[in-house]
Parts: sequence; structure tokens; C-alpha cells
Amino acid sequence: MNYPEGLKYTKDHEWAKVEGQIVTVGITDHAQKSLGDVVYCELPACGRSLKAGETFGVVESIKAVSDLYSPVSGKVVETNASVVAEPAQLNEDPHHSAWMIKLEVLDPSVLNQLMSAADYVKYVESLK
Amino acid sequence: MLKRTAIFEEHRKLGGRLIDFGGWELPVQYSGVMDEHLACRKDAGLFDVSHMGELEVRGDSAESFLNYLVTNDVSKVSVGQAQYTVMCHEDGGIIDDLIIYKRASDRFLLVVNASNTEKDFAHIKRAEQSFLESHPECELRVENLSSLFSQIAIQGPKAEAILQSLTTSSLSEVKNYWFIEGQLSGGIPALMARTGYTGEDGFEIYVPWDAGPVVWKMLLEQGLPEGMKPCGLGARDTLRLEMKYPLYGNELSDETHPLEAGLGWVVKMNKVDFLGKAALLQKKEEGLTRQLVGLKLLERGIPRHGYEVYSVDGLERLGFITSGTQSPCLKEAIAVAYVKPTHSTLGAQIKVEIRGVKVLGEVVATPFLKRK
Repeated sequence: MNYPEGLKYTKDHEWAKVEGQIVTVGITDHAQKSLGDVVYCELPACGRSLKAGETFGVVESIKAVSDLYSPVSGKVVETNASVVAEPAQLNEDPHHSAWMIKLEVLDPSVLNQLMSAADYVKYVESLK
Repeated sequence: MLKRTAIFEEHRKLGGRLIDFGGWELPVQYSGVMDEHLACRKDAGLFDVSHMGELEVRGDSAESFLNYLVTNDVSKVSVGQAQYTVMCHEDGGIIDDLIIYKRASDRFLLVVNASNTEKDFAHIKRAEQSFLESHPECELRVENLSSLFSQIAIQGPKAEAILQSLTTSSLSEVKNYWFIEGQLSGGIPALMARTGYTGEDGFEIYVPWDAGPVVWKMLLEQGLPEGMKPCGLGARDTLRLEMKYPLYGNELSDETHPLEAGLGWVVKMNKVDFLGKAALLQKKEEGLTRQLVGLKLLERGIPRHGYEVYSVDGLERLGFITSGTQSPCLKEAIAVAYVKPTHSTLGAQIKVEIRGVKVLGEVVATPFLKRK
């Protein structure tokens, strides 16, 4: 799987896309493969403030519940209702149309510390 | 070091995702839980269940000995017939649920849960010792034959046809919960039983341990073109849950008794005395303190094992979820729970606590999925 260059990646198998003050967050292809068929997704309410590392929701496969972690501190300004309605999209297009939340972040430069696509590929390899 | 069935390498070749299941290295899935589950109900599914335990009870006294150990009436079982039952402690708590296969009037095969094989064997051996001490002239022998058998289950509408292509025994004559002892292609001895844990028609096949891989491959070769898929432990669990079949460790345990678990139908109070009878009679007298029911949620969420169940006003704790999942066939969340009898009738509303939030649900009829 190709991990898009324009995204940054976390050790929790999530990605973040920075566009000005807005950071979009989703789960990676590795995450959706590990989960298997995603049958449920719970996202936070708009307006909620999150701290970096805080749990903001869950994705559930048939067998298990997986927490979602915010990669950065910020305020939830938008959530993807379509993913909540049809969680299977997370298996199909995790890096693009199945984004999960958008955060308003004061200082997005902290995200430069996250992994690049190349680093994330190496990281996933190291887990096997 | 985890234990492996004889068929282990085949799972690796198929790309099975291997996990530690009670000390056994087994696949939780191959192509995916949903895909395997749906294939089993539509065409057929193939399961390596060799980790289960096989115990043998032999001798002229075998039947009466067994009839004391289990709650169901073994004297009603014919040669060639199988019977589902539980085995209880003196206080009525369930030691295990199992299937008894009557191979001869003096020879019974007990198939028990993998996680309980050692516990069950020790219990039956102790009982054997007591029995022989008080009946030294009687003939009785109990052995653990688990390492001698590989067990494969083939389940689904096409299961019989697929298995039939590998044996000359006439499978259509084998009725539900009966079995035959015959041979598979190549002369492999096989006990083929029309039993299973999915709610579909199908067979559980017992062959010598070393023949496991060959039989697995033969079945795959015949079955794959028919739409059959190898199924892992994940699909095995969702299939049984749609039928509300109990799982030891979830619905059943040493601390649960068959009457509250909805297994009163395998407890024959009017047969001879059996271990746990007095305790169960007393519990029946006193009335149940909790009951196993099926639940569906009326709001979003998936109930899972261990989640608490409350009254709708949230003030009274009613019980807990024993098993829960998103049903692949129904595409909705289903769960089984122990609840107070006040809330065990169909339509009774309850709430399930999911991550701190109480979600509305109701008691529904089971099995969740109707099969013919």
C-alpha cells in the first residue's frame, strides 16, 4: 500500500494532514487491515477540546474495540458523518474519503515531529 | 511454546492470522471474519477444531457411570447417536458442556472444550476411582484420547455434498445428532457426526491425529470450487452467537448453573440421581436469581463481554453481557446477558453501559437468526 507523502503518521497508526490551522485525522491502511471489517465508529462532538494523546473515539471490528487517539491538541471543528453512518469506508479508503475528524490547532508545527510516509513504512515493517 | 494441531502448516499456507487461543496457536481468520461467516451460511465453512478434547469411557458400567456424571439422560441414547449435555459440580455449577457419542453399548466418546480437557479428565478420573473402589467387580475404564484425534468441522448448506464426495458411506441416512463410522478417500478411518456449532447443517469429522492435514486438504479441494471457505475462530464465535449457543467461559462457568443458562432442557430431573441434582432441584424450588437472555440495542453501539446492564432509569444494576458482537447476517448488534428475572421477558427494556454511556436495548427472542 502506498502511504501518501502529504500525510504525517503516528505510532498508533493514525495519519494527520496539516492545512493551515486545520488538521485532518484518520487511521492508516495498516490499521484498517489489522482491524478487519470495521462495523462501528464513534466520533466526538464538534466543539470538544482534545489534548494530544487523548482518546477521541473508537473504531470497532466484529471482534474488538480500538481507541482513537488525538495526535495533537486542538478543538474538533468537523467530523465525518458518512464514516459514522458507513464505517466500512474505513476499510476501503482510509487515507482520503474516510477521514475522521478535523481539528483547529493553534500551533500545527508540533506535527512536524510525526513520521513521514517513508518512516512509517519502515515502522510498520519493524512490527512484523 | 504454544500447542499446534496437526493441520497448523496448512493454516500458515492459507495465510491464516494466528493467535494464542487458550495455549493453542490457531487462526482467528483467513480472508476475514465477515467473509468467512457469510460463506459458511451461504455455501460452506471448514474449521480445524482439533484442539478440542476427546475422552473415552468404556466398560459394562460405562453408561451408568456416565449417567451419574452428566445431567442429560444417557440411557436414552442409542448406538450411533450423539447427545449434548452438561457436567456439574455437586453445587450445580457447570464443569463443562460436551457432546457424548455412543459408539457401542459399552463405549462412549466425550468431546469437551479445549480449555477444559484437563479439568474434565481429572474430574472423571476421580469419579472413576471412587466408582471402582465401591464397585470393584465392575468394568470401567476412562482415557484421555485427545492426542489421537484431529477434528474438522464442515458446516453449511453444501457441507454434506462436499463430504459425500470423499466417502462411500451414505451421509443422507445420518440424521441430526447421529453419526457413522466409516472411511474417507484413501482408507482414512473417520467418525462423521451430523453435529456442529454454527446452526447450519454439517458434520464434525474425527480422524486419526496424523491424518488431519490430508483430510483438510481433500475437503478444501472439493469444497473451494463450491464456495467453501476455511473459517477461523472469529467466524466460529459469530456463527454460534447468532444461534445463542453458549460458550464456556462466557455464558457457562463453574459459577453458573444450567437452569439459569437456559439449559434446563438438558437437565433430566426425573432420571436416576446425578452429580448436582439435589442442588439444581433446590435452585428450581427457590426460583432463579438471574436468567440468560438475548438482547438487541435500540440505539447505536455494540455490547461486549463484561459490559454492565442496567434498568432504563439507570438506577438498578440488572446484570452483565456474556457475549456480544455485530451480527454479520443481521447487520446489527446482538448480545447475550445474564439479567434479573424481573427483566427477562421478551420486550423488556434495559440499558447497556458502553464506555460510560447507558444505551437503550431490549430483550429479544433467540436464536437471533432463524435457520430451518
